[in-house]
Amino acid sequence: MAALGARLCSLLLLLAALAGLGAEAKNSEDVRCKCICPPYKDHSGHIYNKNVSQKDCDCLHVVEPMPVPGPDVEAYCLRCECKYEERSSVTIKVTIIIYLSILGLLLLYMVYLTLVEPFLKRRLLGHSQLIQSDEDIGDHQPFANAHDVLARSRSRANVLNKVEYAQQRWKLQVQEQRKSVFDRHVVLS
Amino acid sequence: MSQRLPGDQRAAPPAQLFHRGYYRNSYNSITSASSDEELLDGAGVIMDFQTSEDDNLLDGDASIGTHYTMTNGGNINSSTHLLDLLDEPIPGVGTYDDFHTIDWVREKCKDRERHRRINSKKKESAWEMTKSLYDAWSGWLVVTLTGLASGALAGLIDIAADWMTDLKEGICLSALWFNHEQCCWGSNETTFEERDKCPQWKTWAELIIGQAEGPGSYIMNYIMYIFWALGFAFLAVSLVKVFAPYACGSGIPEIKTILSGFIIRGYLGKWTLMIKTITLVLAVASGLSLGKEGPLVHVACCCGNIFSYLFPKYSTNEAKKREVLSAASAAGVSVAFGAPIGGVLFSLEEVSYYFPLKTLWRSFFAALVAAFVLRSINPFGNSRLVLFYVEYHTPWYLFELLPFILLGVFGGLWGAFFIRANIAWCRRRKSTKFGKYPVLEVIIVAAITAVIAFPNPYTRLNTSELIKELFTDCGPLESSSLCDYRNDMNASKIVDDIPDRPAGTGVYSAIWQLCLALIFKIIMTVFTFGIKVPSGLFIPSMAIGAIAGRIVGIAVEQLAYYHHDWFFFKEWCEVGADCITPGLYAMVGAAACLGGVTRMTVSLVVIVFELTGGLEYIVPLMAAVMTSKWVGDAFGREGIYEAHIRLNGYPFLDAKEEFTHTTLAADVMRPRRSDPPLAVLTQDNMTVEDIENLINETSYNGFPVIMSKESQRLVGFALRRDLTIAIESARKKQEGIVGSSRVCFAQHTPSLPAESPRPLKLRSILDMSPFTVTDHTPMEIVVDIFRKLGLRQCLVTHNGRLLGIITKKDILRHMAQTANQDPASIMFN
Repeated sequence: MAALGARLCSLLLLLAALAGLGAEAKNSEDVRCKCICPPYKDHSGHIYNKNVSQKDCDCLHVVEPMPVPGPDVEAYCLRCECKYEERSSVTIKVTIIIYLSILGLLLLYMVYLTLVEPFLKRRLLGHSQLIQSDEDIGDHQPFANAHDVLARSRSRANVLNKVEYAQQRWKLQVQEQRKSVFDRHVVLS
Repeated sequence: MSQRLPGDQRAAPPAQLFHRGYYRNSYNSITSASSDEELLDGAGVIMDFQTSEDDNLLDGDASIGTHYTMTNGGNINSSTHLLDLLDEPIPGVGTYDDFHTIDWVREKCKDRERHRRINSKKKESAWEMTKSLYDAWSGWLVVTLTGLASGALAGLIDIAADWMTDLKEGICLSALWFNHEQCCWGSNETTFEERDKCPQWKTWAELIIGQAEGPGSYIMNYIMYIFWALGFAFLAVSLVKVFAPYACGSGIPEIKTILSGFIIRGYLGKWTLMIKTITLVLAVASGLSLGKEGPLVHVACCCGNIFSYLFPKYSTNEAKKREVLSAASAAGVSVAFGAPIGGVLFSLEEVSYYFPLKTLWRSFFAALVAAFVLRSINPFGNSRLVLFYVEYHTPWYLFELLPFILLGVFGGLWGAFFIRANIAWCRRRKSTKFGKYPVLEVIIVAAITAVIAFPNPYTRLNTSELIKELFTDCGPLESSSLCDYRNDMNASKIVDDIPDRPAGTGVYSAIWQLCLALIFKIIMTVFTFGIKVPSGLFIPSMAIGAIAGRIVGIAVEQLAYYHHDWFFFKEWCEVGADCITPGLYAMVGAAACLGGVTRMTVSLVVIVFELTGGLEYIVPLMAAVMTSKWVGDAFGREGIYEAHIRLNGYPFLDAKEEFTHTTLAADVMRPRRSDPPLAVLTQDNMTVEDIENLINETSYNGFPVIMSKESQRLVGFALRRDLTIAIESARKKQEGIVGSSRVCFAQHTPSLPAESPRPLKLRSILDMSPFTVTDHTPMEIVVDIFRKLGLRQCLVTHNGRLLGIITKKDILRHMAQTANQDPASIMFN
């Protein structure tokens, strides 16, 4: 329940951040009027960008300096296509930072689970514990010790052990899933 | 499959399918379940069976009672235990095991009971009134939250995927978080011919060896591309393997099965959601030939599942939860394509099993909320949801239906080929040693894809970008090599549509490259769909169809230019008019290929016209989609998702298939003549030990309860899981229950001698209304009953006496047998 609450809070924070930033006051660099003008007579095609408001987004305001002389301006401008675009660079920055931080945390946790934890357990518990229970013979996956820890930790009931208990239960579930999907190919083949 | 009773520490036999290690600590945590994973422990879902009035009169028992709960009739041991008089529901009864089918009838009854109870208390006080209002509105609240979460996650995925895809090419030095397009957004140095070059964006070759052009930089870019692609693919598959193995694959076959009543615990959980979101971005960024639409449906359904646990109306009822999941899948497709209506239709046609009208409205609401949130996040920078917006409105002509139908035929053929090839490859992966090395497989596929994709500019592109480029028609503003036509430079008058022109060399080289890209994508998608990273199928199929369509479009366009005196073209195409739009052919081709592989009909047409905004083109789209469906159906009736369901052996009773054989219920029911007799429980003759032995020796999921072995008259049906939980709870909590205690399923306990131990009353877990058919019922009707009511099992009677049982698995096996498929492939119950 606590985990769900925490997850919900983080999700709502993410929602608020993204939606709020999307509607934030626009950074002046984040709007533009983009006019694409095709080749005309002997002038090559060109793209013009300018930071104007939406009502001023047309060829006459944006195309500067005008490459064609006066009487041809209308013909030139009729071929040009102008579009008003806006974006939110803050949203993009925040999203990428959130994503990379979650990815980084997951990578660290993965390295911890696969490399550091078995190493620590082996040093703490000694070699006798390396003889696995008969169900896990040959199981070199991470979480292989979950059964024993689960059985042992049920007696104590303070917060740290509750966390560890939940973690071991999660590891057991992931191990089951891994067996179904990767080893026995029963689901999701 | 033998089920271990808790407390039994024997090692499981090696042939056991499902390891029950985590079942040991069933009811120590009697909290309300806050997620699927906790339900795995059997933790307290309170189920409430109201005992109904009994048919006492048939027993010859003349006691008349309306709401007896449990009585102590006739017992010399007269101390009435409090527990007997209270109708205390046993926690855990009414939940389901992992990989089992739910009982729709029971869940719907539970929901109606709950609703009645809340309504009856409504008038008592203001608090009760508030509770009833909250209950009524909780459905809307759940779908709103689901839509919000789906939209937010889709925005995150889109932005992150765009950035990481461009990370393979280079990096934006002024702002590291911008992708290529965003980096060059405000720059003034972009030219007409090279719209994506700007000094702030540096390719890896420029950064590492300092050169921007030349063979050295090409090779450096190639190496960095392969490096990044492999890195992302390896990260993705390791994260999936370590944290959430259920996050791989597309997800739609499993969601279809879940929505039809199957339970896969953990499939829609928090870790699966997080890992699927993160690894989807990595998988798309690594350049593999996959899309993100199917996985987005899975992500949305995870959100729906997680939010439904906040509301008791949905967390305790599996049938109501599936209504929320239908709405969530509509939201998923809506954010994937920017097509809310298409999303609802997709949920209706492809994903959902039961789709009542209330779900239609809620799905539309969820899709709309999700689309709105995505739009406000604005990931594409142009306030558009639509990825492939087409801006042309040129008309199409009647003779063009011929190439459109040809594209439909191509789509159907490709769909049939892809389904066969992919299933063959997946089957090989499932059963031989190819499947033992999933990480290596992903790395090899990513390496091959990266090595072959880089040289061809059309495959180096992000697949969505490729589709957008193919859908766009060549106007005066385009300058890609696909639009390198020989222009008549003397024309100075302003023309809005450019007439048909002969192709320049750029177009011919583009067609060659597109042909190679087509072959490459066709082959790689067969091997990519189904690997152990999140992978979708929509975008690759649309890309293949778009490439084929564009090639056909250019061919027809050139044919119209060079042979404008042929009958067809003379009728409709004048010289100098803009007749053929190759972009439209690409659109039709994309729809045809997607229809050929998934066999969607209406939902596909709606999705494509919502994607492109091209409402004028509904008729060509429909023609092509119908043709591709007919051609595809000629080779095999199943779409790709049904084929994967059959490959995995899920117990999915397809509502679209018709069963037309003349077998009777007696032919399908168990036990057959050679089988041991039906395992039954008697109403009050069995002891606790007898029942435990029966449960240990057999592997059936439920047992009919009869009055006595002589009369074989049916009383009800008891499920294995409920029996196990009830007996264990009784042994722990009630005093005096030992192995030789009588188990009584009837209203009144039989009179027992004085020294006998206390009887155990298990009436509350008995299903008093099992469905029965007679042995002469045709199987067509039986299959219809199973489909329409969502049954798990059905009892067969003969002349009023119990004869046998038909389960959903038997029906699926029978249907497989009559269709000449392998009946042993049905694996689950």
